[in-house]
Amino acid sequence: MSAIIYHIAAIVSLIALFLTFLRLILGPDLPNRTVALDAMTIITISVIGFIGFLTKRVIYLDVAIVYGLISFIGIVALARYLERGI
Amino acid sequence: MELIGSLITLFGAIFLFLGALGIFRMPDLYNRMQAGTKATTLGSILFLFGLAIGCYRGLCFWRVLILIIFIIFTNPISSHALARAAHHIGVKLTERSVKDDLKKDSQKGDRK
Amino acid sequence: MKIWKGTLILFLLLFVLWLLLAGTDPQELIVGGITALLLSLQFSSKAKIFAEVNISFRSFYFLILYIFIFLIALIKSNLDVARRVLDPKLPINPGIVKVKTKLSSKLGRIMLANSITLTPGTLTVETKDENYYIHWIDVTSPDINSATEAIVRKFEKYLEVIFG
Repeated sequence: MSAIIYHIAAIVSLIALFLTFLRLILGPDLPNRTVALDAMTIITISVIGFIGFLTKRVIYLDVAIVYGLISFIGIVALARYLERGI
Repeated sequence: MELIGSLITLFGAIFLFLGALGIFRMPDLYNRMQAGTKATTLGSILFLFGLAIGCYRGLCFWRVLILIIFIIFTNPISSHALARAAHHIGVKLTERSVKDDLKKDSQKGDRK
Repeated sequence: MKIWKGTLILFLLLFVLWLLLAGTDPQELIVGGITALLLSLQFSSKAKIFAEVNISFRSFYFLILYIFIFLIALIKSNLDVARRVLDPKLPINPGIVKVKTKLSSKLGRIMLANSITLTPGTLTVETKDENYYIHWIDVTSPDINSATEAIVRKFEKYLEVIFG
């Protein structure tokens, strides 16, 4: 029973990932695409955590932590680039 | 116990979905950011917390705690940096907006 | 005196982070402790912002209260977003308003800006000294004083005790 609910949750989060990806493609300009990318990274952290739960390996949570750190730095660097160029 | 964890995970996934729907539907950048930041923060917190309840081991729980604290601190900061940059380069608010104090004040600063 | 307080708090934060990541194996604890000590001594000039935290029983009690109120506001803001997104007419009335804060410490202002971003319908766009410019999804009171009353006050009274 609980395994089925976990899988439904994963499918719902993948649909969310698809919607933000659609905004990433459709977005009229660069700032809108960056907002979509910001939300995509957070959803991706959750999906990486779910893969770790599925394969019963804790190491995937470390991967999620490092991914979050790097994406945070990337988003801030993109914001700086938008504000005043490289 | 595992059933409770799976239900929490499902709620988190629903909030993630609502945040993504907000990003898809809202009319301008700032409103998209409102929906995106808040809903994805609570959604990912609940999602990871439910996974930690379902996985029994202590190590798992502590890692998820670090991730949750990390998300709470960094997600508002990155969205704040993005909003500031967007307003700086002049991304317009939607026509339904009521007022814009920041634009008024920064123009006043230029004239001085 | 003040600079050592910031360094000590930075050391404790790094050490607790290592403890949560690596578990309680004695060898790893020693290595992590030495690394945390070296890092906190290296960055002790940057750690000055941690020295503004008031360490007392009262501020600890207010910290617990603050976390509780913050979580309630986070859940409320998510229900608010859900209501607005699922409505087919998109009931929004957005605008950028200006508010003032009484906090003087840098760390307190950062925490206040983060709290405002995660509470119902508000997003911090720009901070200039004590003025915050906030994108509000449903502007009910465009005046500066009433907007301050509605957005800032409920967090400020707790953060004022913790960060001074």
